[in-house]
Amino acid sequence: MKRVAICAVAQHKIEADIWYKRYQGMLLDILEDLQKQTGFTFDENTGVKNIVSCSDDVFDARTISNNGVADAIGAHYRGEEKIAQEGLNALGYAMAMIRAGYDDLVYVAGHCKESQPESRNMCANLAYDPFYTRCLGLDYLNTAGLQARAYGIKSGITEEQLAKVVVRARQWALRNPYANEQGQLELGDVMYSPMLCDPIRSLHAYPVSDGAVGLLLASEDRAYEFTDRPVWITGFGNCMDSFFLGDRDLVSNHALSKAAQQAYRMAGINNPAADIDLAEVMDCYAYQQPLWLEGLGFCQQGQGGRFIDECGPARYNVNLSGGMLAGRPLMIGGLYGAVEAVLQLKGQAGEHQAADINRAVVQSTTGGAGQFHTVVVLEK
Amino acid sequence: MGKKNRNVAIVGIGQTEYSSHKEYQNQVEMVNEAVRAALADAGMTLDDIDCVIHGNMELFEMIHQPDLWHSLGSGAFGKPQFRITTGGTTGATLVCAADNLVASGMYDVVMAIGMEKLQEGNTTGGITNMADPLWMRHFQTGALTSTTANLMMAEFGEERARRAAMKHRIMIDKNACRNPRAHRRFGLDYDQLEDLMVSSPAIVGDLRLIHMCSQSDGACVIIFASDEKAAKFSKNPPVWIRDHISVHKEEQLSNSFSWEPPETTMHYAARKLFERNGIDNPVEYFDVFEMYDPSSWWGVDWLREFFLLEGDEHIKMVEEGGWDQNGKLPVNPSGGVTATNPIGATAILRPAEAALQIRGDAGPHQLQRPVRHALASGFGGTMWTVLIMLEKDLNWQEVTHSD
Repeated sequence: MKRVAICAVAQHKIEADIWYKRYQGMLLDILEDLQKQTGFTFDENTGVKNIVSCSDDVFDARTISNNGVADAIGAHYRGEEKIAQEGLNALGYAMAMIRAGYDDLVYVAGHCKESQPESRNMCANLAYDPFYTRCLGLDYLNTAGLQARAYGIKSGITEEQLAKVVVRARQWALRNPYANEQGQLELGDVMYSPMLCDPIRSLHAYPVSDGAVGLLLASEDRAYEFTDRPVWITGFGNCMDSFFLGDRDLVSNHALSKAAQQAYRMAGINNPAADIDLAEVMDCYAYQQPLWLEGLGFCQQGQGGRFIDECGPARYNVNLSGGMLAGRPLMIGGLYGAVEAVLQLKGQAGEHQAADINRAVVQSTTGGAGQFHTVVVLEK
Repeated sequence: MGKKNRNVAIVGIGQTEYSSHKEYQNQVEMVNEAVRAALADAGMTLDDIDCVIHGNMELFEMIHQPDLWHSLGSGAFGKPQFRITTGGTTGATLVCAADNLVASGMYDVVMAIGMEKLQEGNTTGGITNMADPLWMRHFQTGALTSTTANLMMAEFGEERARRAAMKHRIMIDKNACRNPRAHRRFGLDYDQLEDLMVSSPAIVGDLRLIHMCSQSDGACVIIFASDEKAAKFSKNPPVWIRDHISVHKEEQLSNSFSWEPPETTMHYAARKLFERNGIDNPVEYFDVFEMYDPSSWWGVDWLREFFLLEGDEHIKMVEEGGWDQNGKLPVNPSGGVTATNPIGATAILRPAEAALQIRGDAGPHQLQRPVRHALASGFGGTMWTVLIMLEKDLNWQEVTHSD
């Protein structure tokens, strides 16, 4: 099969409320940054002819949210298709476009401003069916609360272990100039932060975030026109779990392990813990970091707490960007993770660069309590 | 540079009944009805499906990420899934996406689901909400506009333009009346033409109620397979996707109607697609065109764009019955969008109906002629276009996608 490369990435500094710039302006900054890096164009013969965008109608409060950004992502007289789920899926789809033979260059661009709606929980509440679950007030926070409780029972994870996850995220965020929340914390700050959604404390939850990202993908034939250090997408998988929480074992990682299996099979990975040098996981809440790492095969089921005490996240270079816990917008949380992994693989991560990174895995989730998962493997 | 990695065929098609009020089923049940119909049509079970693609518009039903809930009936549980949307073009985009995903070699069998339950929302409110909140929303009236009518009347004279739009409308209704699934079937006849030109309620300027597309509930599902898998599941003759193209445009609609109007996306898409496939005379080449015609005015106007016609050639063809079911190039034998319009499903219904015509399985509205080459269009967003070419035989010249 044809190899597909990520030639270059650009990211907007994540902030809690980018009130002074419309998302069109944010996307334009991203595009200009990428064009400056690579010189790519939208030329009819040699340029990008198809664009994959990522955004959400509910967060933007606009029907057809991609309609508002067509010019800012170069889609005037070009093809454009919107991934209407977490943006990491755009990489899998763009890879298919190139492998199919229709395209040799694809521009992927995503935006999300969580500050725009009155509450992101209100947006997520709309993901629940209008008959049985919406009226219960379910949203992505309180379903995470149920999952956190179930994970606590299964794994025996302690307040201190959860606090370590958050403290570590902030320490790394300090070295990442694009991270949103860089304030430093002590274990006690997290352990005694106000209860947000029992057992999730306010500092266990990712801060409200605005951001935008862009990536230029190319076929192997063309990648070196735009970079001398392409990063290859070697594995992709995603998987849907049941909708009703009662139909699911909330801590079995059913969907995540199936998504990971697909991605690992495609990338030829047999032992993820040994074969992968860096992981970016979408830890919207502190307990999700160890839980998703279990699903990705970095640690035994139910052993996430011990894994944290044994410095597993440090050993496997987990979320050196700060991850979701330092603040990333929901719809493109995983896409930001991919940008970080690409920078690490290219050796361009700056102050938070890790040594000897050859292969990275990026994970993201859409829906309540991880109903849908996406896994991407990237290699140097 | 690209040659298509492998060929992709349509092997199964499922539709729900279409109606303005499907109170007897919820969205999940409606999706499930179309999924079961498509699986039965393909002679498959869910185990044969490698990947599901879902599309509709969130703010019509006010469901955020509806694929998550719809997974109860879509068959996506435990499977790879994508949700891809582009407004009105969504359904056609799902076909392009399935073409990409299967051709890529990543998935052998892909099921695409387009759905909308417009009864559960406010359609015109939803469409108006697409306009920029600062610059355009106060001017937008959903998809209801008389601009194209005004331009056509200026170009061809009021009487001729009005008669052409209404004749086209009646022709489309005659087609819809042959399709038992079509939502609106009025039984119009050509002797009503002059009466309807004055009696149908005016919505905006010369856009009358009878010209405008319906608001429907319904779902349409297509199953796609690689050439190898298509041979295995050979219950139906495969219908091949020869090529697809998607063309978008910046959002300022006023720029589309400036002093020197820019090329329409319909014209641009057709020009590019026909050029790279070596089709010099599209009216001769195609045996059927399933068109996303949101209103009779747009329908007539865009025929000129899609077939690269000039002057009043398209109007002449309307007047001579050239687009009729026994005309030179039948347009929308299904009754099209003015009859049936569950928006997220509307644009997938076009290639679905075109494929049924190629298979010879359309039912009472099957064209009485051999159908080998079909064209299907999608319309959405701010005048966006998707075009899909379908073929009965796997015998065309391969295309290099580097133009």
